[in-house]
Amino acid sequence: MSRRVVVTGLGVCAPNGIGLKEFGDAMIHGKSGIRFIPKLKELKFGCQIAGEPQISEALLQNYFTPLQLRGLKASGIIYGVIAGTDAWADAGLKKAPDDRPDWDSGIIFGSGTLGIAKFHEAMLQVDEGQVRRLGSTTVIQTMASGISAYLGGILGCGNQVTTNSSACTTGTEGVLMGYERIKAGQAERMLVGSCSDSGPYVWGGFDAMRILPRNFNDNPEKASRPMSASAAGFVPGSGAGALVLESLESARARGAKIYAEVLGGAINSGGQRGEGSMTAPNSEAVQRCITAAVRQAGIQISDIDSINGHLTATAKDALEIENWSQALERNGKDFPIINSFKGLFGHCLSAAGSIECVASVLQFQLNKVFGNANCEDLHPDIEKLLPTGRIPKSTIDYRPNILAKASFGFGDVNACVIFKRVN
Amino acid sequence: MDENIKYEKLRNIIKLYLPEDVSVDYIDIKSHLINDLNINSANLVDIVLDVEDEFDIMLENDDMDTMQTVEDALQIIDSKIANKNS
Repeated sequence: MSRRVVVTGLGVCAPNGIGLKEFGDAMIHGKSGIRFIPKLKELKFGCQIAGEPQISEALLQNYFTPLQLRGLKASGIIYGVIAGTDAWADAGLKKAPDDRPDWDSGIIFGSGTLGIAKFHEAMLQVDEGQVRRLGSTTVIQTMASGISAYLGGILGCGNQVTTNSSACTTGTEGVLMGYERIKAGQAERMLVGSCSDSGPYVWGGFDAMRILPRNFNDNPEKASRPMSASAAGFVPGSGAGALVLESLESARARGAKIYAEVLGGAINSGGQRGEGSMTAPNSEAVQRCITAAVRQAGIQISDIDSINGHLTATAKDALEIENWSQALERNGKDFPIINSFKGLFGHCLSAAGSIECVASVLQFQLNKVFGNANCEDLHPDIEKLLPTGRIPKSTIDYRPNILAKASFGFGDVNACVIFKRVN
Repeated sequence: MDENIKYEKLRNIIKLYLPEDVSVDYIDIKSHLINDLNINSANLVDIVLDVEDEFDIMLENDDMDTMQTVEDALQIIDSKIANKNS
């Protein structure tokens, strides 16, 4: 059984915008979500800036009951529930009735580390011999699958409800896992997405690795510089993105709006062999992932007209462009239009893939390709491969037809998904 | 402490844990927390913590097991306050 899979709903909780309208406007107009975080300065971080969704108390009450909000410290769950329930509503889907789950709908919602602020609170109590004071939500806020469990209960999904985790590949991997499940006829609808906690306990380890920019604390909006000669490391971010994937039959039967079709994709790993390591990609694996995605999607390498890269704003950006160029056997004017969204909201870690898939798919609807922030000084190795124009500095009017989106993560893992416009 | 004030304080704690379809008016001195008020049994530990904080007392494991109804809770609170003051 092989069926076509389409995107019928989107939701997003990003550092530069919550909800499709605010986020879409921010992406079109290049509004940054990177801010100075006083707490990081207080804690003597080298990098004192980050991307964090701005959530008001009033907004929280639209998504959570007073009881759910009691002691809720897992920011990833907050972001994921906002994005996930928004995507569900955007698809025109209702919560299941009180007495019966929706057996044909499932959830694959990834996380990196979840509820770390709750964990911190719990550890302090445990160390003080106060384990009895932990309350009933320590487990559900800190289990990796907390986010899919919360969403599963809110929406009443009765199909597979799970969490995947593959570092910065998580969100893109989740799209492909949901796609496979629907394609195989095991579900009609899958809510896919991912979330990432915010805060010093998540970002500290990256600061210690000295891979975050340290010279932009006074100038946060300029700090995230994918593809730039002056890129100084990735700016840590957080948030969540969510997509409702649905069989074409189900979408048509419901008369649902269709954003795009998921043509296919590929997931692989470089095995941390050759030039690949825990933290560096094996280029051959990256190229194989891209070509396998093209093959699996049933298209030609020449069909891709736009790319949303991983492109985190480290020294590896030029290598990524080189890998795309090799895999697609295209360069110069022949190369697809390429962008990185991280210039505007940083690297949202386990949420990166899903937020960026949401933005990628939004481009089809808006007939735009969002601009690249902070790459006015293109890296010379990238400039050699691509003449300017393939890397728009600001948002352009363009009707993408086939878009490739890739994410790469620690552990030498890769995922590439192919989206197509549906007319 | 005035019995009415104590009952009001307890009612306010319990209120938060009621399912959406159970009104606060259902709370009665004889109400069974789980069987009558449909409170999720996982939340009983949270009610105990709230009671401890509100009345500045500490409950033992046995107290938690015997705390089935609103009346049970009030009796436990009374005895803990009495012990504290003795």
